[in-house]
Amino acid sequence: MGDKTLTRADLAEAVFRKIGLSRTESAHLVETVLEEICSTIARGESVKISSFGSFVVRSKNERIGRNPKTGEEVPISPRRVAVFKPSNVMKDRILSAHCKRQRTGAVVREPMKAAAE
Amino acid sequence: MIKSELVQIIASRNPHLYQRDVETIVNAIFDEITEALCESDRVELRGFGAFSVKNRPPRAGRNPRTGDTVDVEEKWVPFFKAGKELRERLNSGD
Repeated sequence: MGDKTLTRADLAEAVFRKIGLSRTESAHLVETVLEEICSTIARGESVKISSFGSFVVRSKNERIGRNPKTGEEVPISPRRVAVFKPSNVMKDRILSAHCKRQRTGAVVREPMKAAAE
Repeated sequence: MIKSELVQIIASRNPHLYQRDVETIVNAIFDEITEALCESDRVELRGFGAFSVKNRPPRAGRNPRTGDTVDVEEKWVPFFKAGKELRERLNSGD
């Protein structure tokens, strides 16, 4: 747990398992979905996925930054950034999964610690 | 854009698929990401961005109205960092 990194291939595999299209087509569909979300965000439009979260575009004003190494002041030009706001459903699922695992994990670790002492 | 519109767009580009299958596919993608985050795994989608879970340690918070100290429990929150390509695309058009 926690040491894996999922990629497009894992999402394609999930689609393949779920609907039984070929692996090639599953991969293609994952790509299409991601590209559609990307281009919508790039247009400045937000993308809301119920029970997952929403991607919102925010505009940042120009501000004065600093090169942390040299201390030199550099202007940071106004720009747009994409932020993700997770839905409450997603936040709850992640929190409860972690809390549950931590409780069970503590039970497993206790005797091991005692044995080591 | 909301999920149903996303499903419609994908369905219109893939006329050989039923719309309900496209909906299942779109749901499978987002479910897979959420499940990975539940396991504390990272999801890295080049060009798009990366999802991860951040730990917020327990802290002593305060009720802003009364000033009382309250214990805030440890939390795990989902986090998204936009990828390089997406950042560049957001700032290239205009």
